[in-house]
Amino acid sequence: MVLSKNCASLLGRYFRNTLIPKTLSASYTSSQVHADVKLEWTQNLNFTGSSSLLIPSYRVLNQQGQIIKESEDPKLSDSVLEKMYKNMTLLNVIDKILYESQRQGRISFYMTNFGEEATHIGSAAALNEDDVVFGQYRETGVLLWRGFTLSELMDQCYGNCDDQGKGRQMPVHYGSKRLNFVTISSPLATQLPQAAGAAYALKGKNKIVICYFGEGAASEGDAHAAFNFAATLGCPVIFFCRNNGYAISTPSKEQYKGDGIAGRGPGYGINTLRVDGNDIFAVYNATKMAKEYAITENKPVLIEALTYRVGHHSTSDDSTKYRSVEEVQHWTATENPVNRLRLYLENKDLWNEDMEKQWHTESRKDILTAFDAAEKKSKPHWSELFNDVYQEIPDHIRKQMEEMQQHIEQYKDQYPIKAYSP
Amino acid sequence: MTVRDALNSALDEEMEKDDRVYILGEEVAQYDGAYKVTRGLWKKYGDKRVIDTPITEMGFAGIAVGSAMAGLRPVCEFMTFNFAMQAIDQVINSAAKTFYMSAGRVNVPIVFRGPNGAAAGVAAQHSQCFAAWYAHCPGLKVVSPYNSEDCKGLLKAAIRDPDPVVFLENELLYGVQYEMSDEALSKDFVLPIGKAHIARPGEHITLVAHSRAVEICLEAANELAGKGIEAEVINLRSIRPLDMDTINASIVKTNHLVTVEQGWPTCGVGAEILSRVMESETFYHLDQPAIRITGVDTPMPYTKSLEIAALPQPSDVIATVKKLLKAQ
Ligand SMILES: Cc1ncc(C[n+]2csc(CCOP(=O)(O)OP(=O)(O)O)c2C)c(N)n1
Ligand SMILES: [Mg+2]
Repeated sequence: MVLSKNCASLLGRYFRNTLIPKTLSASYTSSQVHADVKLEWTQNLNFTGSSSLLIPSYRVLNQQGQIIKESEDPKLSDSVLEKMYKNMTLLNVIDKILYESQRQGRISFYMTNFGEEATHIGSAAALNEDDVVFGQYRETGVLLWRGFTLSELMDQCYGNCDDQGKGRQMPVHYGSKRLNFVTISSPLATQLPQAAGAAYALKGKNKIVICYFGEGAASEGDAHAAFNFAATLGCPVIFFCRNNGYAISTPSKEQYKGDGIAGRGPGYGINTLRVDGNDIFAVYNATKMAKEYAITENKPVLIEALTYRVGHHSTSDDSTKYRSVEEVQHWTATENPVNRLRLYLENKDLWNEDMEKQWHTESRKDILTAFDAAEKKSKPHWSELFNDVYQEIPDHIRKQMEEMQQHIEQYKDQYPIKAYSP
Repeated sequence: MTVRDALNSALDEEMEKDDRVYILGEEVAQYDGAYKVTRGLWKKYGDKRVIDTPITEMGFAGIAVGSAMAGLRPVCEFMTFNFAMQAIDQVINSAAKTFYMSAGRVNVPIVFRGPNGAAAGVAAQHSQCFAAWYAHCPGLKVVSPYNSEDCKGLLKAAIRDPDPVVFLENELLYGVQYEMSDEALSKDFVLPIGKAHIARPGEHITLVAHSRAVEICLEAANELAGKGIEAEVINLRSIRPLDMDTINASIVKTNHLVTVEQGWPTCGVGAEILSRVMESETFYHLDQPAIRITGVDTPMPYTKSLEIAALPQPSDVIATVKKLLKAQ
């Protein structure tokens, strides 16, 4: 292509004018806009410092169960307060019984929630049932709050014929379409970009997505992708980090540097809160504010709840190998989130020792009933092995199913047919 | 010696021998590894040689690849190969292809290791075999050992190998004791990558398997022997390269072939073996069609009874062999 003389000189002038400005105005040197961010120029060469300013932790209740600053009291009704406390303690008893049952070889695997009860119940209480939940695996309290029944829970752990998951997932990989709780997925952090995607789809529908994740999972590439996408696409999602101090044996201080998980929020342009995760009111207030902001602004929020994993990581773990008894003791005695709410309730005359005893007996009985029933139920029909790989069973799978049918027919007495549901 | 201890001693010996060898992964240091394969190594070699990483498989696989390019010999532990899916781009697009793309200038001597295949009671996302996935890719070597001797000899070979090796262990075998020959106990013991092992000689039928499926074949062969059928069991050890010489020679002798694997059937290890036999002279030595026994073509269910039904059992092997040989 040959440019006309005229055109070439025009281009020449264009480049000269834009790239090599002859004079600059005073205001132009002091600030400029770059990719929507206002820039400040400086002539001093200084590092930023390797960790940003420490984001403070928001707290409402002190360790004695008293409101520190009156204006922050969420003023919840007596019935909500009682439900909160009952859910937290119910969760404790469920955990004790199912943990033991794994030790006895009755289920293959379990993960407890001890120490993190306030993060579950506080956040769940601040949302509606039609807000969508993406969990990691240690959020059973959220399900309880939404009304997941003890039978549903036990049936899942036993993978029996009433398990809505048809016995296909490991224990604690709960899911409930009815309660808008997306089934747990084992590979870490995959739920984070999925939550951003779901929130994108829910934009303008007056509901939000909440996505729970551990500080360990926050190291996965998926976490970074999720933050960036949620921010750039304007997704109404709350990223709720349960920073419980450990990822199996890896302590937080080896997991990341800088100002924790919260410190990352501003870098992605995400409004961020850090809260005392063992203070149920702090978690409640933060989640409530986050939801309002996410819905009205169509933007994500990051919440980092500082808490502690009191139990072992899972039934495959022995945490005495990598942390001290004193450390665990401190979090069970001094920082216990359940006790903190109990003290508050007792101060308000909403709870007492008798009620505690009665509730403990009652909840234990209900749990054991559901547990026994789940254990006795038969397993899903063997043909469930072949269903749901595709919406429609392809021929080759159907053939395998028929072969198995014939085989079982022929060798009935060799198989524990009675263990399967008809 | 247990499979776990065999792996551990291979790591220990190679770390002692070559200070470029180092281990990285989640929980490998103070915690001794999620399955305790790296037990004691952090105590012995310290933070510089046994490195706990934050939880990002893509991240630490990338670190491993970069450090291998720069001259180190990383052993990259995936807590299980299920999580290596997060790092697949580093394994395939970087580790496997860099030597070729750099025109032979930059090699990537790295071992990606961890438990693979069906475990027990851990369902769809924690229970699957990746042998065929990796074996598909040129640039990688893929090893799938069975017992303690295999594990020790092949892991040492993998660490010394100049190319990236995917080393597929089996969780359920870690705690199992297998005999070790005097030779295998020596620090100089290495097994060649790419050579299969005849785990049991026989003349009536050839059973080819890798990893835990070898055990299933041996159990089946034991029972078949009681019925007068002598099965030859080939332990593949290596999936890429595939030792077709050993398989072909066996078929020439037995005239029958069954492959057994825990992975899925489509484009699987058995599929590859059968087609290579079909393409060769050996085909004319078969008296019956060759058969694959594989895991069921569905994701792995959790419930124990369904899990058993989803995996090949010795009884499946026995039934198939009897059918092929028209035996009672
Ligand atoms: C991709 C992937 N890598 C590794 C694992 C194994 N794993 C399961 S839980 C876990 C620790 C996660 O810690 P964190 O996110 O802090 O959650 P917490 O258990 O403390 O609640 C690890 C490494 C996994 N499930 N998925
Ligand atoms: Mg954690």
